Amino acid sequence: MSRARHDAATVLLWVALLTMPFWMKAVGGYTELASRVVVMGLAAMALNFLLGFTGTLSFGHAAYFGIGAYGVGLTLKYLAPSTGWGMLVGVMAGTLAAALIGALIVRLRGVYFAMVTIAFGQVFYFITFRWNTVTGGDDGLTGWRRQPLDFGWARLDIQNHDTAFYYFALACFALSVGAMALLLRSPFGRTLLAIRENERRARFLGIAIERHLWLSFVISCAFASLAGTLYALLNNFTDPRALRWDMSGNFVIMAVLGGMRSFWGPLIGAGIFVVLQDYVSSRTENWMSVVGLVFVLEVLFFPRGVLGLLRTRGAS
Amino acid sequence: MQQLILFNVFNGLIVGAFYALMALGLSLILNLSGVINFAHGGFLALGAYLAYSLMPFIGFWGALLLAPFLTAAIGLVIERALIRPLYGRDPLYSLLLTFGLAYILEDATRYIWGAQSLPYPIPGWLARPLSTQYFFLTGYRLFMVALVALAVGTLFVILRRTRLGMRIRAGTLDLETVSALGVNVRVLRNLNFGLGIYLAGLAGVLAAGMLGLQPTIGTSLIMPSFVAIIVGGLGSLPGTLLGGILIGIASGLTTVFFPSASEAVIYVMMGLVLLLRPRGLFGEEGRLK
Repeated sequence: MSRARHDAATVLLWVALLTMPFWMKAVGGYTELASRVVVMGLAAMALNFLLGFTGTLSFGHAAYFGIGAYGVGLTLKYLAPSTGWGMLVGVMAGTLAAALIGALIVRLRGVYFAMVTIAFGQVFYFITFRWNTVTGGDDGLTGWRRQPLDFGWARLDIQNHDTAFYYFALACFALSVGAMALLLRSPFGRTLLAIRENERRARFLGIAIERHLWLSFVISCAFASLAGTLYALLNNFTDPRALRWDMSGNFVIMAVLGGMRSFWGPLIGAGIFVVLQDYVSSRTENWMSVVGLVFVLEVLFFPRGVLGLLRTRGAS
Repeated sequence: MQQLILFNVFNGLIVGAFYALMALGLSLILNLSGVINFAHGGFLALGAYLAYSLMPFIGFWGALLLAPFLTAAIGLVIERALIRPLYGRDPLYSLLLTFGLAYILEDATRYIWGAQSLPYPIPGWLARPLSTQYFFLTGYRLFMVALVALAVGTLFVILRRTRLGMRIRAGTLDLETVSALGVNVRVLRNLNFGLGIYLAGLAGVLAAGMLGLQPTIGTSLIMPSFVAIIVGGLGSLPGTLLGGILIGIASGLTTVFFPSASEAVIYVMMGLVLLLRPRGLFGEEGRLK
């Protein structure tokens, strides 16, 4: 794709994002669905920071997503009725957990790395599942609501206006993907690409591989937990399913479905996946089969994802 | 108290035997083909339900014998059709495919046999407790442990003594050389996959007798099986076996003292192993990649 066409596509994407609450209704959706696309898109792009740009497969990102969700929910319920503080606690908790677990697993590679991330994700699932008195157990964490944002000079009522919440989520999304894009363009980001392409060569060049992998993992999980806080705020609710392994799998399929080698691919994949899941689960009880079929067909026939497919067409 | 501890240790041993049976199958497939079979729990459920449907016709023992083979046959077909095209590609793809397959298998079981749990009848003489003091020692439980031991023993004999087993072990070490020596690697991987699925099916039939039937029966067993593989050591089947039994007993013991942590404790064990000995108890050095 030429430079100009690439820029035009990016502008188009932002226009689509900025106007989504308006056209989402026209195509049969609703505002909350638009918010969900943006939140899941952020989670998938956060995962892709590690998967697509560092070449390391984590199948356990739902854990950090869920810690973010519980962090904000628990703060709003027990500590302070402030959306901002809640999000801060959620992101800090998710990042801290990622920093600890990341240190244990950076020595593993490939399928083993994936397997250990899946397994560790389950710890947090069982904590939220079992610690009934605080987390509400299997029924989920209820009894709290997102609070209006007060900046001092302005007030944004995200509590009662779904559209206001959408734009708040979009602002968080924009800041996060902007930060990720900057990181990927920095020498640090280029080093991650070098590790993805050829780890052994990168090591011979004197790059501290483990430290870079750890940092990439922590950054990726930090943004995933931010997405988790937004997800909980969106629903005014969270339950252990937000951090179970099938959620992790959904993030990975979103990234691959959209195209994990492109920056925006995971957002496209999240859009397709979220809308499809919403549509199918309202039509049939057997939505699991449909989602499973998406996984199978995707892997067998479109392994490079939507944007990968477009790119090959454009190049030829 | 002593009886409570004994009870839970014995329970842990049984659960650990299941973990080990699952994990051995997963480990076989992972070591030879580099595929994490997420659908393993789905195959376990399939084995259990197939046995349930067969039982009215061929009885308890016939179902116990036949259902795992049927499950393995389905596994062979799925490997041939869906997983074979993915060898040599990024492990991400086989992981995603088996993940989708797990969804489909669970949904299909629910669709065919219903979402409610079903009772799985076992012969009366097996269901009786063996002594009044140790009420938890039913014949079925002892029988299960014995059968798992037999299955694992047979597996190790197959791997040590038969041509197929030796080829599987050789392929685990160096698949390229094995292929160059004239072994049909495709067939080898196919049969190896079937062997792994057979173990899952067997675990399913045995679990059904103890827990009854539910579409999600396999899902709760798959994560601990991953932990068993990591704790025991990557690439080592005896390690996997020991890892499974170890985490089962640890989980059982935790039930006595701190019940709500009985699931989480195995992940703490995994964390400790990764911290102190990243390759696992019996893992070979350099197998981490």
